[in-house]
Amino acid sequence: MSGLRVVSAGALSSLQDLGRHGWRHLGVPASGVLDPEAMQVANRLVGNRLDAPVLETFDGGLCLRAEGGDIRIALVGGLVAERRHSEGAEVLETWRSHLLAEGEELRVLGAIGERRCATVAVAGIRIARQLGSAATYVRAGLGGLDGRNLSTGDLIPATPADRGRSEYRMAQVPPTAADGPIRLVAGPQDDHFAPSALTELGSAEYRVAIEADRMGMRLNGPPLAHRDARCREIVSDATVPGSIQVPGNGQPIVLLADGQTAGGYPKIATVITADLPRIATLRPGSAVRFSWVDVRTAQSIARANASRLHALLDTVIACSGAPLPDAAVLYRANLAGNAVNALDPRTWSS
Amino acid sequence: MTDDVRLLPCGDAALTIELGASIDARLLARVDALAGALREAGCHNRLPGIIDVVQTFRSVTVRYDPLALSFDEITGAIDGLLDEQPTGTRRSGRRWRLPVCYGGEFGPDLSAVADATGYQPAQVCKAHSSGRYVVAMLGFLPGFAFMDGVARPLHLPRRQEPRLRVPPGSVAIAGQLTAIYPWESPGGWHLLGRCPLPLFDPGRTPPALLAPGDQVGFEAITPADFEALSRRCRAVGVDPGEWVDEPLPGAT
Repeated sequence: MSGLRVVSAGALSSLQDLGRHGWRHLGVPASGVLDPEAMQVANRLVGNRLDAPVLETFDGGLCLRAEGGDIRIALVGGLVAERRHSEGAEVLETWRSHLLAEGEELRVLGAIGERRCATVAVAGIRIARQLGSAATYVRAGLGGLDGRNLSTGDLIPATPADRGRSEYRMAQVPPTAADGPIRLVAGPQDDHFAPSALTELGSAEYRVAIEADRMGMRLNGPPLAHRDARCREIVSDATVPGSIQVPGNGQPIVLLADGQTAGGYPKIATVITADLPRIATLRPGSAVRFSWVDVRTAQSIARANASRLHALLDTVIACSGAPLPDAAVLYRANLAGNAVNALDPRTWSS
Repeated sequence: MTDDVRLLPCGDAALTIELGASIDARLLARVDALAGALREAGCHNRLPGIIDVVQTFRSVTVRYDPLALSFDEITGAIDGLLDEQPTGTRRSGRRWRLPVCYGGEFGPDLSAVADATGYQPAQVCKAHSSGRYVVAMLGFLPGFAFMDGVARPLHLPRRQEPRLRVPPGSVAIAGQLTAIYPWESPGGWHLLGRCPLPLFDPGRTPPALLAPGDQVGFEAITPADFEALSRRCRAVGVDPGEWVDEPLPGAT
């Protein structure tokens, strides 16, 4: 068996793909990567199908060793990682592929900036699908390796890499995600809120609370007032990734990939598809602002975003050889905080 | 199109068709008919781009690919379906008889529910097991069925302090609803007992044991029966047919 041995699992590291679709009517969330663009770029860099499963990890700590042959990987996202071998360690450039010789280790040291999610693609990764997807959904034990997050000692199976193939990189490292406001479409229960709540949500600053994981994130900020006491709950209806629920305390909760499929709190708004990865990968403490768009504008943004991704994938080119000189700069960059895994399950109770 | 129907966007890739705001049989029948029509339209490619059709007590939510289907296209198609099917009748489901071991470690809230209702614990079990319930919707967790029809004396609000870990199989009540937790999860319902049958198995077709429209009754079993059934389920799985009384008249 060849593949990557998990030497250290890091924080909430899991195998994910574009998600498990068509099962929401049975209560099965989509799951899948929080950042589909990073996943597809990483897969293109190693020569996989764009929808192949990848590793998603938060902050630093993940360490993988090539076993049973050389294994090709690609790193995407604002992160710092190094290759460890018998002679020492070197920083690995992100947004490009690398060959890990048998026995060499990849260590993710940390995520830089406000986004804490890193994506690792593995050439020739082989993960079985369940209900049409390899995405890990821990609560019901679906996908990934036995339906679990990665743990020490696991082997991620992958075919040995072709040494003769050139490495690939982006012609230009894409700009970091725009810092503009996260765009929202009002509803489906915006009428359960006081008009001031809609104004507040579209203008005030919120901060990502410590309770943030793949299911969802709580936000702290000015409370959003329900229209009256009866409007604090609804007869349960369906939620989607991006739904913003507001329980009685007025503090919004954004549901993400693993979020429950139905809920009894009114939903003031939904984050648009194009902006969901931007908010989903923010680390606790980050500031976030929102703005309103109508549904037709949101759909034209979705179309523009799809074209932008196609264009981005077309900028993958073969490497000329020498690594870019800014790796050392990355290495010295301030490695942002520790991994947070402090979800209070009460947040998500039925 | 019926006047009280509202089409509500859920972002750029989903919309909710709200048919009402309560839990009642007539509304469930309309929801079921509309969800069926939408699934059929999706399957027959009349509406390419439909990803999920989720039915709830009082609404249907459609997830769709905005690159394949615009908001105006999908709302136009839904208006057409609503004109064709203004009411609909509830699809007949299967009639289940599911085993439950009540009380003790399996039903840690049984005595509290007895206190709150003025019943003896045995009366609570009898009131719960003699009820006939209708699966209104699946959601929250894979295979979690919201069943309507709890007897009025057992109607209680959710627990003040939700539990962080409800064991899988727990049979619980809240308000007029009862449910079986398919997975360990946080939960605020009152736990009366436990059912040994797996409610969701990705290797089964369909993976969820229960479906909207099914009728469910419960049968009290002993802890020894519970252990024996649990072992059997782990070893050889469950033949759903064993727990179905009979198909309802008109069921397909």
